[in-house]
Amino acid sequence: MSGVTADRDVCVGAGMCVLTAPELFDQDDEGLVVLIDGKPDPDPALTQRAVLLCPSGALRVTGS
Amino acid sequence: MGDVVTDRLPLFPFLSPGDDPFTPVGGADLRRLDGPVTRVRLPTGGWTWLVTRHGDVKQMLRSDAFSADMARPGFPLLRQAPPQTPEGRRGGFIRMDGEEHLRLRRMLTAEFMIKNIRRIEPLIGDVVDGALTALQAGQRPADLVAGFALPVPSLVICHLLGVPYADHGFFQQRSAILLDRTAGPLAVRDAVTGLRSYLGRLIEDKRVSGTPGDDLLGRLITERVRTGELEVGELIGMALLLLIAGHETTANMIGLSVLLLLQHPQVWDRLRAEPAQADAVVEELLRYLTIVRQGLPRQAIRDVEVGGRRIRAGEPVTALLSLANRDAEVFDAAQEFDPYREAHQHLAFGFGVHQCIGQPLARAELRIALTGLAARLPGLRLAADPADLPKRDNSIVYGLAELPVTW
Repeated sequence: MSGVTADRDVCVGAGMCVLTAPELFDQDDEGLVVLIDGKPDPDPALTQRAVLLCPSGALRVTGS
Repeated sequence: MGDVVTDRLPLFPFLSPGDDPFTPVGGADLRRLDGPVTRVRLPTGGWTWLVTRHGDVKQMLRSDAFSADMARPGFPLLRQAPPQTPEGRRGGFIRMDGEEHLRLRRMLTAEFMIKNIRRIEPLIGDVVDGALTALQAGQRPADLVAGFALPVPSLVICHLLGVPYADHGFFQQRSAILLDRTAGPLAVRDAVTGLRSYLGRLIEDKRVSGTPGDDLLGRLITERVRTGELEVGELIGMALLLLIAGHETTANMIGLSVLLLLQHPQVWDRLRAEPAQADAVVEELLRYLTIVRQGLPRQAIRDVEVGGRRIRAGEPVTALLSLANRDAEVFDAAQEFDPYREAHQHLAFGFGVHQCIGQPLARAELRIALTGLAARLPGLRLAADPADLPKRDNSIVYGLAELPVTW
């Protein structure tokens, strides 16, 4: 099963992931990406799209 | 770098054909580009690598091999740099790299994130309604740029920042100079100085008032300046960026979008009948219109390959967003306006760490402004020959200077 990791040191808070896959991503009080717990990849296509659209490269697909 | 003969290179920036604001680069200029990464001549002398493919632009803008710092010798400039002190550039984080940039940008990210923009959507709706009421009460034909496209985002960014809208004449005039690539260096310097002094006084008044206020500048004073994390000179530069970017960009998008939609009446009708579909229309408008048509300038700080070209440390590079957004490898029938397409990969907001911080605000403003206009003025039509509309050819942000309409 595939998943996604988010590197908050790289994130610039553009919010593309939240726009694309709001079930999986959120932004904290600092505007930086957080993965929403308990939702491991509800829609792999949207997750893949969020990774593609992330401007800073903070998101990575993991697993197989 | 000194051995490149620039005389024979195509002159950049390219202009849209005078009668076609929807073609970012005319056929004659396109034919002169001899590859996806090619040299073009700059109006300030010298040259820059022009990167035009979608994938190459993404790679370039996300790479840390490029600097955005305009003060570096050899940076690709479209106009002569104004005589500036370091103080005049403080807080201007779009021209910073690495940690210096991240430190300032991150103080603003939460302000513009989707859930916070959602909270101000009712305010945007009120602003749009108010502008439309004033427009309807006025004379016909009316200039939609002066009466709607410009005041709506100006009022919203003023409210968000805590800047008095009553001063809009002052800051709009100076913003236009800062965005005009034909403005002389002294005019640019005076505009910067004037705006920084104005914002400095505003920030100082908020700071000494004891109650800085529940707006972006007030919050940054309370949470960042008073805690010693941010200096006032930096806050002034950040406010300057947000004020200019916050109204000029959306204003030009609204004007061009309306002109385009009036030529696609079925899409105009759809905005009224199915406002829930507006998000997809807005994304395609962003792709198709790409108002930052003069590209994003950078300078390589180490050797790097882009699109099969070896770019050496110190060489200037420009990402041409408008052509990347017409890349047929990514967008089918890329030259067509198609509001049903998946336009989400567009680069209208740039890419990389400098990607537009205000994009959730821009999307909300465009959606609410265009659906509001379509609902209130369904019979909107042009009151001028489209070929005669004055364009902002020399502005870093392309758009229409006027849009006469009636209804």
